[in-house]
Amino acid sequence: MAEADTDAPADAAERELTMSRAMVEAIAHEMETDDDVFVMGEDVADYGGIFDSTEGLLEEFGRDRVMDVPISETGFIGAGVGAAQEGMRPIVELMFADFFGVCMDQIYNQMAKNTYMSGGSVSVPMTLMTAVGGTYNDAAQHSQTLYGTFAHLPGMKVVVPSTAYDAKGLMHNAVRDDDPVVYMFHKRLMGIGWMPAPEGPKTGVPEDDYTIPFGSADVKREGEDATVVTLGLHVHRALEAAESLAEDGIDAEVIDLRTLVPLDTETVVDSVRKTGRLVVVDEDYESFGVTGEVVGRVTEAALDDLEAVERVAVPDVPIPYSRPMENEVIPDSSDVEEAVRATRE
Amino acid sequence: MFEDMVTARRYEERLQEEYLEGKQPAFDISAGPIPGELHLAAGHEPAAVGVCEHLRDDDTVTAPHRPHHVAIAKGVDLERMTAEIFGRETGLSSGKGGHMHLFDPDAKFACSGIIAEGYPPAVGAAMAAEKRNTDQVAVAYAGEGATNQGGFYESLNLASVHDLPVVFVVEDNDWAISMPKERVTAVDDNTKRAEGQDIPSARVDHNDAVAVYDAAEKAVGRARAGNGPTLLEVQVHRRMGHFMGDAEAYRPDAEKERLDAIDPIDRLEERLRDEGVDGERVDELRDQAEERVEDAIEFAKDQPEPDPEAAYDDVFTNPPSGVTDEEPGEEAISAGGDD
Ligand SMILES: Cc1ncc(C[n+]2csc(CCOP(=O)(O)OP(=O)(O)O)c2C)c(N)n1
Repeated sequence: MAEADTDAPADAAERELTMSRAMVEAIAHEMETDDDVFVMGEDVADYGGIFDSTEGLLEEFGRDRVMDVPISETGFIGAGVGAAQEGMRPIVELMFADFFGVCMDQIYNQMAKNTYMSGGSVSVPMTLMTAVGGTYNDAAQHSQTLYGTFAHLPGMKVVVPSTAYDAKGLMHNAVRDDDPVVYMFHKRLMGIGWMPAPEGPKTGVPEDDYTIPFGSADVKREGEDATVVTLGLHVHRALEAAESLAEDGIDAEVIDLRTLVPLDTETVVDSVRKTGRLVVVDEDYESFGVTGEVVGRVTEAALDDLEAVERVAVPDVPIPYSRPMENEVIPDSSDVEEAVRATRE
Repeated sequence: MFEDMVTARRYEERLQEEYLEGKQPAFDISAGPIPGELHLAAGHEPAAVGVCEHLRDDDTVTAPHRPHHVAIAKGVDLERMTAEIFGRETGLSSGKGGHMHLFDPDAKFACSGIIAEGYPPAVGAAMAAEKRNTDQVAVAYAGEGATNQGGFYESLNLASVHDLPVVFVVEDNDWAISMPKERVTAVDDNTKRAEGQDIPSARVDHNDAVAVYDAAEKAVGRARAGNGPTLLEVQVHRRMGHFMGDAEAYRPDAEKERLDAIDPIDRLEERLRDEGVDGERVDELRDQAEERVEDAIEFAKDQPEPDPEAAYDDVFTNPPSGVTDEEPGEEAISAGGDD
């Protein structure tokens, strides 16, 4: 059924899809081929998901398999865990990652730990998908990225697609994986009408199913002078920065991590061995997060090759509402550009 | 009551106009003078004014993501609230909070965008009143969708076992975004749930501000007299989409439902006239409300945008050294924000 097709260039396919369409296509395919796959979440049925992550599934599969659930995240995420332990493959949506606070026990003490605590006798093949990210002025409770929080807690795989092509392949993988997978999609990349996406996430997507193995970072742009490691929305901001740096003769390599757990350290380290300079860009809070983790791993593996390191992330403040302040704290392409330049000083 | 209701309605009509500016023809949530989400409460006004009419300045209110009508009824500073919604420096939260996160300590008002999460803090405020032996009460607002959340049950139970002076107000508009009540809530009436927690309760049907007023008088009275919590469920109608930009494709009959539902403001106006309040007085109240709203919007638009650097202030009241460049003393002053 699945052909491993990891490095197919995005433009090989004839049709282009938005990231949300690509995700839905993968989910629909999995639902068609496996009766144990079902979807539940708030507003996933008639609304099709606030960010279009389940658009059209109700019409195709009916209310039994596309379930609107009460605003009871502890209840329905926990129910996802229970159903998964029975061998089903639930796809459960937590509408915004920010809402994890009301249901984190089911996520990190049940979903993530039951396999370990049971000595491997229990598995939890569940996909928890959730929207992340700011850049639309929705303030501190609706704009967080929280990659670090989820990746910090052992027992769940953490996936962050940046293009439609990746979104589909990673979703196929997530649903088929026997472990819990947290699939974190950035609202700004989905291609929804009311939140315009940047250039980039809409890509060619093959009609057939394909998987992208977890832990395989993607070199989105090759370069010799500095390595920019990032994920999600910031892949596109980093690519924009790289284009602008190229005008000044600075050749940046841009690596999209695609998954945080597992993290493809090797691709990152190989790149740094070549460029000598590392910039890590993240939309999550700076401290104790992705930027520190990547720097830590590269330092352990390739300290001698490292000439300079810069981190670009949200400076440990909740996301403010008003536009000038939100712009200040969420990194943009000029922040990435500056950081790359700083590694060369 | 009537004045607060027409103020709230007019306020939201004007916010809607301002919000849509720059967002058309293609709706773009981050464009225009008011960015982010905007949840309007047209049709919910009786739940706000009928209860808050009985409250004092020193009583606490927590509101959910749809807060403006409650804020107005509780006496939140309208100008600074509007400046906040416009993201301006002199807003209630210096532009950091926005429409779902309005804090006015003077009016003892707060809200949260996380569903049902206003309940526990209201119980805490009631606890403080009880421990200090004041006769303050706390009121927690939420929608009927929120009553399926754990925080709701936990709060009811906690308030009940400690006989705390809190009134839980449920605004039942039948919808939680696209999900109709009957599909996600096992009971049609939350008084049943209150009973299960041994809390007296009342349900007021049909958008009737006077009926809410009467029921709330008892509930607030009971809390103030030290006789414990009450749950008050108010049937209201959501006269708009869940948030601005919600096309409501899941609710094809929305317009018809709205026409069928009696507008609570019309209803109250009719009652006032029946009771002999003359038409001129009603018009006068409407004019006053309109003027107040216009002044607030004008005020807000005149206010400066915040300095981007202000994003680093207020993470802590007492910032540990190294967190900001400023001295803790300066931080505390800038947190006031109303100079
Ligand atoms: C914990 C949590 N889950 C989900 C949401 C998303 N959400 C915002 S409003 C809403 C519906 C609320 O319905 P209800 O409580 O009935 O209030 P109404 O909007 O109808 O006034 C949802 C699901 C949220 N903000 N917080």
